[in-house]
Amino acid sequence: MKRIQLSHGGGGEEMDVLIRDLFYRHFSNDILLRSEDAAVLEVNGKIAFTTDSYTVTPLFFNGGDIGKIAVAGTLNDLAMMGARPLYLSCAFIIEEGLPHETLERIVLSMKEELSKSKAQIVCGDTKVVPKGSVDQLFINTSGIGEIVLPALSAHSICESDVIIVSRDIGTHGACILASREGIELQSALSSDCATLWPAVDALIAEKVGIRAMRDATRGGIAAVLNEWAVASDICIQVQEQSVPICDEVRGICELLGMEPYEFANEGTFILAVDPCDAMRAVEILHQFGMSSNAAIIGKATVLKAGRVILNSPWGSTRYLERPKGELLPRIC
Amino acid sequence: MQDDKALFDIFRHPQTIRALSRKIHQEALKLSQPLKVMEVCGGHTHTIMKYGLKQLLPDTIEFIHGPGCPVCIMPKERIDQAIALARMSDTILLTLGDMIRVPGSASSLVQERSTGRDIRPLYSPMDALKIARENPTKKVIFFAIGFETTTPMTAALILRTDEEKLHNLFFHINHVLVPPAVHAIMDDSKNRIDAFIGPSHVSVITGAQIYEPIAKQYGTPVVVSGFEPVDVMEGILKIIVQKNENRSEVEVQYTRAVTQGGNQKAQAMVEKTMSVRESFRWRGLGDIAHSALQLNDSFTHLDAETVFSQFLSYEPIDDHKLCICGSILKGLAKPNDCTVFGTACTPNSPLGSCMVSSEGSCNAYYRYGSAL
Repeated sequence: MKRIQLSHGGGGEEMDVLIRDLFYRHFSNDILLRSEDAAVLEVNGKIAFTTDSYTVTPLFFNGGDIGKIAVAGTLNDLAMMGARPLYLSCAFIIEEGLPHETLERIVLSMKEELSKSKAQIVCGDTKVVPKGSVDQLFINTSGIGEIVLPALSAHSICESDVIIVSRDIGTHGACILASREGIELQSALSSDCATLWPAVDALIAEKVGIRAMRDATRGGIAAVLNEWAVASDICIQVQEQSVPICDEVRGICELLGMEPYEFANEGTFILAVDPCDAMRAVEILHQFGMSSNAAIIGKATVLKAGRVILNSPWGSTRYLERPKGELLPRIC
Repeated sequence: MQDDKALFDIFRHPQTIRALSRKIHQEALKLSQPLKVMEVCGGHTHTIMKYGLKQLLPDTIEFIHGPGCPVCIMPKERIDQAIALARMSDTILLTLGDMIRVPGSASSLVQERSTGRDIRPLYSPMDALKIARENPTKKVIFFAIGFETTTPMTAALILRTDEEKLHNLFFHINHVLVPPAVHAIMDDSKNRIDAFIGPSHVSVITGAQIYEPIAKQYGTPVVVSGFEPVDVMEGILKIIVQKNENRSEVEVQYTRAVTQGGNQKAQAMVEKTMSVRESFRWRGLGDIAHSALQLNDSFTHLDAETVFSQFLSYEPIDDHKLCICGSILKGLAKPNDCTVFGTACTPNSPLGSCMVSSEGSCNAYYRYGSAL
């Protein structure tokens, strides 16, 4: 079996072959292939710029892999700022001994995810580190997008704004947890990992009055809603029964005593929209597979500024806190 | 409704919960005095706070949060023992859930893990077998915690360890018992408890019969209830009805899982492997006689307290002087009575153990909001 050796990161011929035969071949575009020290980019007006490092165990999971997340995750951060994704950088930190075939599968998956937007990988870096220095493979991607819808901000949510979630929550977190801990499920639970730009593009094109968007990655929707409540100094009230949660995620949460609101997502976003546009926003989202069960889950009020309140279907309320510490299963 | 979801959906049915609330309000009008109900188990505290049940009850019903959280009652010296074991060379320390976050006298297992000690929270105690098999040159120590609910799992693990003749898996036993703790609270002259919601999963193992002496001796109704909101609401209703009818009996609301005699196979496994300790120090409650278990003599070779005794100290260590976990565990104070609650003591940096576990009452108040 062909494996990645330290020499593949050594700057010599082996590295050159790896870059040409794998990265240039699959990520091919004019800017990348110029092989200069830095990519020279054509950008008009305001840009959004973001970076993220991706580490996930296992590398492959139901519904995605580290490569798909590394592309979708950074593109999504751009999309959430109303920016059309254009350019990505991509740095691989590879553990010595990683099968070449594994790396190629991941690169192909990145290529496929890139095809869902017009973004291109225009520069990159490859490091190979001795066995044990990293867990198989870490990827960093940075992204640049051109702002299409300016002024989106977590600070601009107002009273009566409607809160929408783009799909059922927590599948990525539940999926990773189940595969790490060997929890076998009867039905296939699949990560929500997806590039959100097509849906965001449609919302912008239809001139939906979006106040803020954020993808609910680590910390889940509990983290996003709390960040917004604090940033906009407003109360966010959520109707518990309106939050879409699939049976598998509910089941895992029941089993382990965890909250689906705290589970990570990789293709789920929360929107705060002008109340007049809320229904229209949901209808637009329903046209896309990645957001076919989008739902209105609550609204901004002035009840308790800076807090998120969950309303139960039987008339009681409680705070939804920001997640704290590592997710640990209950004892009994 | 699908069958698999029926397991929890019908016990969170909004109309049923609202109907129970109305019925409780009606019945409570007949009470001669306000009722202080202790939910013994931290799982019930969690349910009450998470589902906002207090808001659905009349003011005459007050919850007193009991000591049934295995993490909360663990005294600092036992946590220090876990840390001492984890610091031994070539050792893997295993435990359950939140235990890794509880502060000992100077450190916690989480802090120790960040310095490179091999400390692993388990999802199932049975995973310990695999870890011991895969690491034959390491000492693998299971820091076993919990009430009667989790004890049978440890017992099964001990029996398997013995059967497989695993020479490198050891046990540090911290299993505690519900009835002696309840007696300790009731025998305190300051106690103000009128009735009990009996634990759910403990009772599945032990059976409801273990509460008969409590109901008789103190004249307090004990209603064993499930962990879902409908269960707790129905349990409260049954308690009020008992009070109004002047009864003080052990009653089972959680009939879908609890019998009088309990799980006898599990009880037999526990008996085979463990026996009652002379005394055990509970965090906040102090020394309680016959309130915990230890390994039977025939398993001394697996007992971490014996095998590694030279590393362990039994010197009692007091709680932080501002922490009132002791009064909270006895039901004499509420979490928000504490001056450091939510300020110097938070789930991220807990001073007291009740802030650590999701079953701890301080943690539940902090998470779900007592101010609502």
